[in-house]
Amino acid sequence: MAEHEDTNHVEHEHTTHSQLFYIAIGVVLLILTVTTAAVAFVNLGPLNPVVALLIATIKAALVVIFFMHVKGASEKLTSAVVVSGFFFLAILLTLSLADYLTRSWR
Amino acid sequence: MHDSRAIPAPASTTTTQVATADHEEHNPALLHHFADAQQQKNAASLGMWLFLVTEIMFFGGMFCAYLIYRLQHFNAFAAGSQQLNIWMGAINTAVLIVSSVTVVLAVKAAEVGKRKLLTGYLVVTVLLGMTFLVVKGFEYKEKFEKHHVPGPTFNFTDKFDDNGKQIPVNSKEAELFFSLYFAMTGMHALHMIIGCGLFGTLAVLAWKGHYTPSYFTPIENAGLYWHLVDIIWIYLFPLLYLISRHS
Repeated sequence: MAEHEDTNHVEHEHTTHSQLFYIAIGVVLLILTVTTAAVAFVNLGPLNPVVALLIATIKAALVVIFFMHVKGASEKLTSAVVVSGFFFLAILLTLSLADYLTRSWR
Repeated sequence: MHDSRAIPAPASTTTTQVATADHEEHNPALLHHFADAQQQKNAASLGMWLFLVTEIMFFGGMFCAYLIYRLQHFNAFAAGSQQLNIWMGAINTAVLIVSSVTVVLAVKAAEVGKRKLLTGYLVVTVLLGMTFLVVKGFEYKEKFEKHHVPGPTFNFTDKFDDNGKQIPVNSKEAELFFSLYFAMTGMHALHMIIGCGLFGTLAVLAWKGHYTPSYFTPIENAGLYWHLVDIIWIYLFPLLYLISRHS
């Protein structure tokens, strides 16, 4: 590498992690992928979807927190937008499913 | 890229500005309506996240439709899901996760000003994105061969349980499953194609030295897009391929 690190820029408030840390998170994500695929072959009855979606949520959380740097976001406004995105999605899913799931309750 | 290249600050600049915004003073990427590079970066990041929220809601609508129809036509959706190739889905999940790692390493390389490393990671990301699309293409080919593509030629034979006993499946309901399968994976694949074009462009610009440690916002924001597309697949994989194996 001809270019070398510009140490003066490490100071600014960006919170990236080391290369090794990112690779470690990647390995954890791959292990979770193998786990979720393997669990799909085991009959857990109604727990299959629960386990699969729980693992998916853990994976998504790892990507959002560590790869998308939400934790280190300097702007509070940006954090508010991120949270609002998942909040609106939660409204969409819970209110729709609250309707459809309870239609048989007569 | 090096401090030695920085021109001394003009005499009119106050000392505090020199201390805090030494590089930004000479940063050609800093637009005049922003106070400093950090503010410009925060604004770009905010705009990108607003766009990602619309993407979450866009795919959220399809996820919601899938969940509701799965409740209403459970048997047909389970039968349709069992026709999907779990291995191809798992391989593609792994490919996307590795590509997300190369993206975040590209952002890291941009932050420390390693131009060749940055270009390399961006090129690898494009190649992994194309790998995903090729695997997806083979999956689609299989669907065409089995007549599982919704339309006049759609044909879904009844499924058989472990003892070889035939279980009748409503073909129209199975067609609904495959319509949603193609809508969701198709829209996801379109996002992947756009992402490959985006990262290909960034790779060329990075090679030409457009990005420096004081300005690499496009790399960061394209990375946010790529990670979101990855997260959408992280949910598509269990919902379409995994959760109906034993139903």
